Amino acid sequence: MLSKRVIPCLDVHDGRTVKGINFVDLIDAGDPVEQAKLYNDFGADEICFLDISATNEGRKTLFNIVSKVAESCFIPLTVGGGIKNNADINNLLKSGADKVSINSAAVFKPSLIKEASDSFGCQCIVLAIDAYKDQSNYKSGYNVSTHGGKKKTDIDALEWAIEGEKNGAGEILLTSMNADGTKLGYDIELTNKISTEVSVPVIASGGAGKPIDMVNVLNKGNASAVLAASIFHFGIYSIENVKKEMLKYKIPVRNTW
Amino acid sequence: MIVIIIDYGSGNIKSVYNSVKRTLVNFNKFSEVKVSRNLSEIKKADKIILPGVGSFDQCMNRIKKIRDLVDTLEDQVITKKKPFLGICVGMQILADYGYENQKTKGLSWINGDVKPLKKFLSNKQNLKIPHMGWNSLCIYKNSSLFNDITANDQFYFVHSYFFDIKHKKNIICNAHYGINIPAIVNHDNIFGFQFHPEKSGKSGFKILYNWLKSS
Repeated sequence: MLSKRVIPCLDVHDGRTVKGINFVDLIDAGDPVEQAKLYNDFGADEICFLDISATNEGRKTLFNIVSKVAESCFIPLTVGGGIKNNADINNLLKSGADKVSINSAAVFKPSLIKEASDSFGCQCIVLAIDAYKDQSNYKSGYNVSTHGGKKKTDIDALEWAIEGEKNGAGEILLTSMNADGTKLGYDIELTNKISTEVSVPVIASGGAGKPIDMVNVLNKGNASAVLAASIFHFGIYSIENVKKEMLKYKIPVRNTW
Repeated sequence: MIVIIIDYGSGNIKSVYNSVKRTLVNFNKFSEVKVSRNLSEIKKADKIILPGVGSFDQCMNRIKKIRDLVDTLEDQVITKKKPFLGICVGMQILADYGYENQKTKGLSWINGDVKPLKKFLSNKQNLKIPHMGWNSLCIYKNSSLFNDITANDQFYFVHSYFFDIKHKKNIICNAHYGINIPAIVNHDNIFGFQFHPEKSGKSGFKILYNWLKSS
């Protein structure tokens, strides 16, 4: 049986790992290569890097980090943040990333997902959607934001997910901007809405505070995987804690590593 | 032992190289792994690995674009019987035909066609496509590939098409995802893994080691 995946996410800024509450107030928490190795050893099913560097120097550092991580981590590695075109994707895949996640750039250039998927295969193209609740949205109730949540758009999140799948995204990384950083649990309603309407796997993200939050979004939100940063990052809970909780609720997990 | 990973522009070559390199630490010091598309290097290989990500038609076209590569591989693998391992799409293109994007002729080293999973899954099953993530192998046949591997070992899969094998004897084991999906296929010296051993953690190393050791 296919296991539900537990994915720690590392936010990387100029070569260092950080995690911010609601994407601001960055706190330095370590070396990404070491962190990735630890997660690999402690049972992560995948690792996700989100590059939040604003500069070209920061970006170049990322390629180095990715290739170092690929030498020591033998689980899938997804890298996102600032990807604008096929050349960026090619560089990341060549450095050793298995998948790339595309966020704002797809909003500005919707053909990007299709171009990327046609060139590299849908298995490596993840559409990242930062969704926020919007009272005036009468379709799904959620709109898409860009730039790490800083800019709001009037694009409906569900329609965007369906279009992304049609264009060849192999997976959707769905972050609730309302839940992100709150540690009060994932947005189950959002996750379920999107996941039941697309056939590709959906990774739930934003809001994880304790292992039962993961169980809930996997069971009630129909997610294929859960992503979390700070709860793993500061050692509040381990991946194993989460998997034990999942097992308690009979959710299939990968429990030997 | 010289292991050659065929370089035809497949995206994941580095991961495959890194994992084979690490596995070779368990073999004698003269063992090495190289990434190459150079025909004379391929001829000197003791074992050949063909990785693959992306689509069947694209991989096949890329391989055919490298002059004399298919002929050289057929000479080395079919005639000279060198141990060969295809990974993911590198395994799928061993088939007669693939139906991804367009009908494309494969290498026909193992009989069967590569077909879309979604046509074989019922809507009731509510299964996501691609089949993406960690799955266990249904082991019902003895094989030295399974040394030290148990039902708890899981392997990383990511694919929307599967190898519908013609002769059951060519299936070493399946993975279950709505239907039985051939996970390891074999004919003589030719092996194929649908999953990615290079991305399957310790379980992946064990199976790579077993293949390198037994082949």
